[in-house]
Amino acid sequence: MRNLLIIGATSAIAEATARRFAATGARFYLVGRNIERLAAIARDLEIRSGQPVVHESLNLDQIDQHPALLERISQTFGGIDIALIAHGTLPDQNACQQSVTATLAAIHTNALSVISLATLLANDLETRGRGTLIAISSVAGDRGRQSNYVYGAAKGMVSLFLQGLRNRLSSKGIQVITVKPGFVDTPMTAAFEKKGRLWAQPDQIAQGIVAAVERGRDEVYLPWFWRWIMLVILHLPEGVFKRLTL
Amino acid sequence: MSAVTPTSWGRYPTARPRQIQSCRDVQALALPDETLSRLPFGNGRSYGDVCLNNNGVLLLTRRLDRFIAFDPATGVLRAEAGILLAEILALIVPQGWFLPVTPGTQFVTLGGAIANDVHGKNHHVAGSFGCHVRAFELLRSDGNHLLCTPEQNTEWFQATVGGLGLTGLITWVEIQLQRIANPWIVAENRRFASLDEFLALDVEYEARYPYIMSWIDCATGLGRGIYMAGMHAPPGLLKSPPPQRRGLTVPFIPPISLVNSLSVAAFNRLYYHLPRPARGLIPYQPFFYPLDNLREWNRLYGRQGFFQYQCVIPPANAHAALWEILARIVVSGQGSMLAVLKRFGDKTSGGLLSFPRPGVTLALDFPNRGQSTLDLLERLDEVTRQAGGAVYPAKDARMSGDSFRHYYPQWVEFSRFIDPRFSSSFWRRVMEH
Ligand SMILES: Cc1cc2nc3c(=O)[nH]c(=O)nc-3n(C[C@H](O)[C@H](O)[C@H](O)COP(=O)(O)OP(=O)(O)OC[C@H]3O[C@@H](n4cnc5c(N)ncnc54)[C@H](O)[C@@H]3O)c2cc1C
Ligand SMILES: NC(=O)c1ccc[n+]([C@@H]2O[C@H](COP(=O)([O-])OP(=O)(O)OC[C@H]3O[C@@H](n4cnc5c(N)ncnc54)[C@H](OP(=O)(O)O)[C@@H]3O)[C@@H](O)[C@H]2O)c1
Repeated sequence: MRNLLIIGATSAIAEATARRFAATGARFYLVGRNIERLAAIARDLEIRSGQPVVHESLNLDQIDQHPALLERISQTFGGIDIALIAHGTLPDQNACQQSVTATLAAIHTNALSVISLATLLANDLETRGRGTLIAISSVAGDRGRQSNYVYGAAKGMVSLFLQGLRNRLSSKGIQVITVKPGFVDTPMTAAFEKKGRLWAQPDQIAQGIVAAVERGRDEVYLPWFWRWIMLVILHLPEGVFKRLTL
Repeated sequence: MSAVTPTSWGRYPTARPRQIQSCRDVQALALPDETLSRLPFGNGRSYGDVCLNNNGVLLLTRRLDRFIAFDPATGVLRAEAGILLAEILALIVPQGWFLPVTPGTQFVTLGGAIANDVHGKNHHVAGSFGCHVRAFELLRSDGNHLLCTPEQNTEWFQATVGGLGLTGLITWVEIQLQRIANPWIVAENRRFASLDEFLALDVEYEARYPYIMSWIDCATGLGRGIYMAGMHAPPGLLKSPPPQRRGLTVPFIPPISLVNSLSVAAFNRLYYHLPRPARGLIPYQPFFYPLDNLREWNRLYGRQGFFQYQCVIPPANAHAALWEILARIVVSGQGSMLAVLKRFGDKTSGGLLSFPRPGVTLALDFPNRGQSTLDLLERLDEVTRQAGGAVYPAKDARMSGDSFRHYYPQWVEFSRFIDPRFSSSFWRRVMEH
């Protein structure tokens, strides 16, 4: 029986991932913002896992609340085997271009709050000498594009931060996994027209996350083909790339 | 890959909704407030247009897929309406419970199972799905939430069971499961050489087996087929969980149907003569869901799609009418790959527009060859109408409005319960023509 902490537990990707872990037997501590949604998910996971599920509502933008959150978890839940950080927002790029406040808010939610939680969780796992830390970054963090570089910059910061963390903890028996999904059909992308074969369902990402844990992977592009798409995109010379409308 | 424009299982007709809205939370569910008509869309396992709403709004329910309560002591289960029967089975079978009624695919939603009041191989003992629904919540477009049970809001309950998604959105459902001692099925197969033999076998087997269905060869017109009966295995017979099966997927839609008169004749001959054990133990999945392992098999019928024709004929006329139907099919040369025969029992759910009623039901697939196929199906409707039978809306894409109103005279009463903001391609078709 593994202890799973899920932060941003109301995310569609996180919920699908939790269900896959529930099927293998797991205890959950869920953290999210919307209390009704959280309660429904907790009840569902209790039925699927056969174990009581703890949930707690918190706006994760409140970084000063993070230490107390981790304190409560360690007191009421016990040692964490797997922690998944999944929360995020997809900011309106145009609005961000017009507003420093909007830009910084997006970076606050998608990068700073994640880094705060990853720091605290990494130290916690390090003390206990085992465990897995997973955070959902994005292919958007691999290269800045005019259509979403604010979101991309935040995700890029998360990817780089996790890379360093992994390097630091690799000798301590702690697994750090960076998840980089492509386009996923979730409430975050509700406004997009989901045409074409690049769109994946949350459960495909969930399957990839579980496999990454079981196989001890460091960084996964999900679905797999994004690794090759991003390989090409990363190798385009900047002189060419800057003229593309991406 | 994400669904672009939702289609029904027969891929005919094509319909373009003006708007597609994914429902997400039972708590925070607000129906879109505008003038276009809406229709819930479950998992698109209906063959024709009951789940389509051309130029309207489709309310996708698949994300309403959480369990709400399950009592392993009593087998009462409550879940959101978009959950698949397959997900329910994955939870309950290891705990010794099973669905009270299941259609021939596990990839349908709870909401869809109610809206078509689906039936399974155990209709002769258990009735239809609606007989086992303890309660559900109906969300009307005016924002009203109606708690419907057989005793409370009874009229709404009966209108919504078999109500084709027209009475409002079902948000959650509570059903009574049945106890099983074993995930395996004791199955028995018998060949029969004629319709008479089929009807005789029914008398013999119905008392002994809760699950019965037959496959009938309709390429030769002999009325021969295979009778398949089953029951949940008793405890102790086998304890190991059934093996997980890996599915295959039909990867693309061929431009023309791979199902044609040559392949149909060959398939039917092969299927009839294929050696199969007279009696044996099999896992429940291949017994109930023989086709679920070939994902998206509907693509085999090509871009034009296909029709299913399912009718029920009252007992007194069953023999003659079924003969006539088989004869008309053989004459047309448009044989069917998967022809299924089953007797319905007397138990009804009370659903106003429910399809199951006492008699023999026959279900057939036909590749869409345009007008000639439509003509054939109209000729089959002549027989069904004269015999006092009915055609199943869940499988239909073409019956005339006259036929529908003849088969379902209760439509007048039913109309009172239709949500003024709801409609479907099916409903407009059978009301307007
Ligand atoms: C291989 C195969 C075998 C089958 N075998 C059988 C069988 O043995 N017996 C049988 O009876 N049927 C059978 N069917 C048909 C199938 O069971 C029904 O069409 C079923 O209703 C499909 O459910 P769905 O979730 O896919 O709903 P959809 O097809 O998407 O929708 C069906 C109807 O339900 C309504 N609906 C869906 N969700 C809701 C909701 N939440 N609230 C209100 N209305 C809703 C829709 O508006 C529509 O009218 C079979 C189908 C296939 C593909
Ligand atoms: N969908 C994609 O195409 C895609 C692609 C690449 C990466 N990702 C990443 O995948 C992760 C999961 O997203 P998703 O696709 O599953 O979308 P989602 O369902 O919209 O999930 C995002 C979740 O983050 C939560 N959240 C946002 N801000 C929060 C805050 N301040 N405090 C607490 N919770 C907050 C939201 O909570 P509420 O329910 O309260 O709103 C929501 O549940 C995100 O990190 C996202 O960036 C998504």
